[in-house]
Amino acid sequence: MNKLNFLSPDKNNLYGYLYSGISLFSLSILIVFLNSFFSLDLTSFLPGTISYFLPLIIGFIGLHLIRIEYSGIKFLDIINKNINTNKFNALLSLLIIFAVIKSLPPLLSWFIIDANFAGDSKDACSGSGACWAYIKTWFNRFMYGMYPNAEQWRINLSFIALAFLGGVGFFATEKFKKYLTLYYVVIYPIIAFLFIFFFISGGPIFFDFSYGIIAAVISIIIGFFIPSKFKMYYFLIIPITIYILLKYVFFYEELIELGKIQAFEWVETGAWGGLSLTFIVSFFCLIFCFPVGLFLSLGRRSDLPIIKYISIGFIEFWRGVPLITVLFMSSVMFPMFLPEDMFIDKLVRVIIAISLFEAAYVAEVIRGGLQALPRGQYDAAKSLGMGYWKMHIFVILPQALKLVIPGIANTFLALVKDTPLIFVVGLLEIVGMLNLAKTNPEWLGFAMEGYVFASIVFFIICYAMSKYSYNLEQKYKTER
Amino acid sequence: MNFKKILPQLLTLVVVILVFGFFSYNAQVNMENRGITFGYGFLSQESSFDVQFSLIEYDGSHSYFRAYLVGLLNTILVSVIGIVFATIIGVVVGIARLSNNYLIERTAAIYVEFFRNIPLLLQIFFWYFAALRALPLPEKAEPIFGVFFLTIKGFFVPAFIWNNLDIFIYSLIAAIIAIVFVRVYAKKKQENQGIQTPVLLISIGLLIILPLLSFLLGGVNASIEIPVIEQLSQTSFTYKGGLKLPPELISLALALSLYTATFIAECVRAGVQGVSKGQKEAAASIGLNPNQVLKLVVMPQALRIIIPPTTNQYLNLTKNSSLAAAIAYPDLVLVFAGTALMQTGRAIEIVSITMLTYLTLSITISIFMNWYNKKIAIKEK
Repeated sequence: MNKLNFLSPDKNNLYGYLYSGISLFSLSILIVFLNSFFSLDLTSFLPGTISYFLPLIIGFIGLHLIRIEYSGIKFLDIINKNINTNKFNALLSLLIIFAVIKSLPPLLSWFIIDANFAGDSKDACSGSGACWAYIKTWFNRFMYGMYPNAEQWRINLSFIALAFLGGVGFFATEKFKKYLTLYYVVIYPIIAFLFIFFFISGGPIFFDFSYGIIAAVISIIIGFFIPSKFKMYYFLIIPITIYILLKYVFFYEELIELGKIQAFEWVETGAWGGLSLTFIVSFFCLIFCFPVGLFLSLGRRSDLPIIKYISIGFIEFWRGVPLITVLFMSSVMFPMFLPEDMFIDKLVRVIIAISLFEAAYVAEVIRGGLQALPRGQYDAAKSLGMGYWKMHIFVILPQALKLVIPGIANTFLALVKDTPLIFVVGLLEIVGMLNLAKTNPEWLGFAMEGYVFASIVFFIICYAMSKYSYNLEQKYKTER
Repeated sequence: MNFKKILPQLLTLVVVILVFGFFSYNAQVNMENRGITFGYGFLSQESSFDVQFSLIEYDGSHSYFRAYLVGLLNTILVSVIGIVFATIIGVVVGIARLSNNYLIERTAAIYVEFFRNIPLLLQIFFWYFAALRALPLPEKAEPIFGVFFLTIKGFFVPAFIWNNLDIFIYSLIAAIIAIVFVRVYAKKKQENQGIQTPVLLISIGLLIILPLLSFLLGGVNASIEIPVIEQLSQTSFTYKGGLKLPPELISLALALSLYTATFIAECVRAGVQGVSKGQKEAAASIGLNPNQVLKLVVMPQALRIIIPPTTNQYLNLTKNSSLAAAIAYPDLVLVFAGTALMQTGRAIEIVSITMLTYLTLSITISIFMNWYNKKIAIKEK
């Protein structure tokens, strides 16, 4: 039997080191555990500082004793490889383990054990823990803002319907797959807008936008019979003509009367709020900023100088200023730029401002993808006789967009995280509602609960989005 | 000339000019109706509002331009503090994410995933309204190391009272210039003769000795002023003397640096991972020790990947510091685009100045970055 040399453990006395090391290590964890969960101080007979550092010292020695390479015991090897490669790592591992054990009891007690779940007034919350009754009472407001309680089914219905319509892509058969892009880029946003306008806002049945839709539908139907050579000019001119004809010639008088009919009670956008507003704003900004960004990125790489420099100026301007000043601009400066009788709703202004802002970032991300494609792709497409649009739609963009999925996902995440900023113009989404609830005299002093709640909500949304983008990236990854 | 190339350009130009013309025509009409004339003359008028926290001397009798400067300096202050801390935390966390210790890697990953998925505004609110409000009142605050007081009214730290501060600063500048010279000389010596000079030791020595000389010979002296508690009224206490960091500044700097650090950490991780393993093995095989491998082979290549996105993050941090307006930290947006705009009603002038300031800042930095990228890019033959 060899003597145990405690300074350099080796394989000869494997079990001797193993048992003494493991027992020391467990002892140190036990001391901290008892101290933190049951306030038992096993080492109180020692002087203060030593008693404080004792678990660390014991644990360190324990880990030192079991640091034996290639011991042949699977469990031991895993420990050594992962948390115990050298002295420094062992120390850090111990510190992390102790910190977790130490911080668990106060966290648990705040979140669950001492927290109040029941009740609907401030008096119900007497414990030292969190007051979840506060969240419960205000939950409706955090979700729907100042939207009237009796009308909230309209929001729910719209969101459920939009979720179903958005999920259509998963069920589409091969035959309809080629129309999906058209559906998501053009038709779905219009449907979504109509839902928001008629259901959530309760707008009149006929309004300016309706002429636009009719004009668009008519011109798309006629568009199928136009030779593709003239299509670009056709779509530039005809829809606007039809719109003007409809509005001022055909139905002017009759529709003013129809326009006053409302199916639902009108709820002005100032009353919208909470998480549903976060969703509405992010949803529309997502939908708008992508095509705008796409065109900007193509414009920036175009060889037509005027378009190129306008795109560069536009992109650099929006990227250079903080979003909050953009929102300031949309709320205090923009009304000065409109005729006095023209009024654009606050929410619409905000959505336009955020979309343009994020579009500049999307444009830069897509430009990265366009630049990453080898020249050969452009040359090959041109040699097949493709024009600019055909080349981009069928050859360049499918490859470039695939490359930039992570970047676009990051921009979209940033957009969702930027939505709370709309408090600048007085719209209160979930964070804004929290600040309002916090100042309610009957519910003072629960800021922490509110912010923790909102953090968890945002974390779930953003984390799910980033995981989804990762899946997309994996799905569309092709060998190059 | 090709018709197909002219038409789209012409159309775009016409649309842009129409939109701008429409906007400026309306602006003119609106301003005439309200009796406002466009101009930047108001900048020299007396501002007659106060700012809570200012780096330069300022009160209501100063001009609007001075108020603009106060806001700008406060923005720069919080950005610099944020950048320093974000870099430190980011580098540490980024390296921790590469650790072979499972616990450390997980802790760093959880930190990154958690803090970057929560809106910055929410984090600022959390620190300001929830976390810092839990601090004790001034009269109940426990001193930290006897001289620091962390209270609900802010963080009170001892201040230096300087005599002949300018000489001290000159000595620091002189030390930095000397260090640059030493480095250039050492590099030349290394290239010509292959002899290494202990640059780091000499630099530290210079940094200590020159300022020390300024104390001994230049007549510089500094005394430390410790904050002392003072009673304002029956129930209200505060600390007099020393330096006061307002809670707005602390929470803003905390939130900005913790949030941006997650992005910097990812940049650092990507940079170090981007250096191929072959480089390290090749460096080791020519006999460099691990420190030299890191310093001479891995870091220069990793930095090339790390620096561009990191500067982008610095820029984002500076722009994000405008969220200060939400918790009433007197930065550029709050002082100028908030209070000054309310008082003068000159929306177009003030918003345009504010935007131009940020624009100048970011365009300057991005021009510098482009130059730097070109300089460090690998020159392929």
